[in-house]
Amino acid sequence: MSDFVYVTYIYTTPQKVWDAITKPEFARRYWVHYNVSDWKPGSRWEHQHGDDSGKVLIDGTVLESNPPRRLVMTWARPDKSQEPSRVTFDIADYAPGLICLTVTHDQLEADPAMAASVSGGWPKVLSNLKSMLETGKTENIWLTKGKEG
Amino acid sequence: MSMDTVFKALADPSRRQLLDRLFAENGQTLNELCGGLDMSRQAVTKHLGILEEANLIAVQWRGREKLHYLNPVPIFDIADRWIGKFERGRLRALNDLKKNLEREEP
Repeated sequence: MSDFVYVTYIYTTPQKVWDAITKPEFARRYWVHYNVSDWKPGSRWEHQHGDDSGKVLIDGTVLESNPPRRLVMTWARPDKSQEPSRVTFDIADYAPGLICLTVTHDQLEADPAMAASVSGGWPKVLSNLKSMLETGKTENIWLTKGKEG
Repeated sequence: MSMDTVFKALADPSRRQLLDRLFAENGQTLNELCGGLDMSRQAVTKHLGILEEANLIAVQWRGREKLHYLNPVPIFDIADRWIGKFERGRLRALNDLKKNLEREEP
């Protein structure tokens, strides 16, 4: 099976995690590249390059949007050379002041190269997100390789 | 979920073996994980529990099946703590070099 499930526990609020995923000014700090959309079901979303060139690294459609709890979207190559996969963010309360963020990336069977690429990317992105929300510190996680996450 | 829990979970070779198996194929059931292992079902269940508690394994239910996924995020948190952003590139280059050299025939 080529699905991935990533879980991280973060001392923060669901709204802050939601904003970190959906708002470019936050995503830029820990993800470098950022996500642009109005986040309504059926809307298009774009994962744009952090160099502000407007280059679209990944795009897709918002399938489900329930702020600040759940966001589901397709994850597609902009050239549509492969079938899109699917990404789900689930934000749950775990303990007072502590949330559990689960990121599921599935339907990757048709695109093994994408599976390989995102499996290296997500852990870095989520670890850096946790750092940002808990300590305010981040680093450029793509410093040595220009891979998109 | 503390770093202690992660280190303790990783200290056991059987548990590292289970993580290796999920790295090779993610999203396995207990039955699949037990297959071909020199470990009792009971022992595997115990080890999976410890890995789950350390958040090194994420669990999802598909109907009645409990699937286990490798969750490397806590390992990246550990790396983040001690590996600075400038060292990271050099360490990766050294690691690539080591892999290339070790792959070569004498």
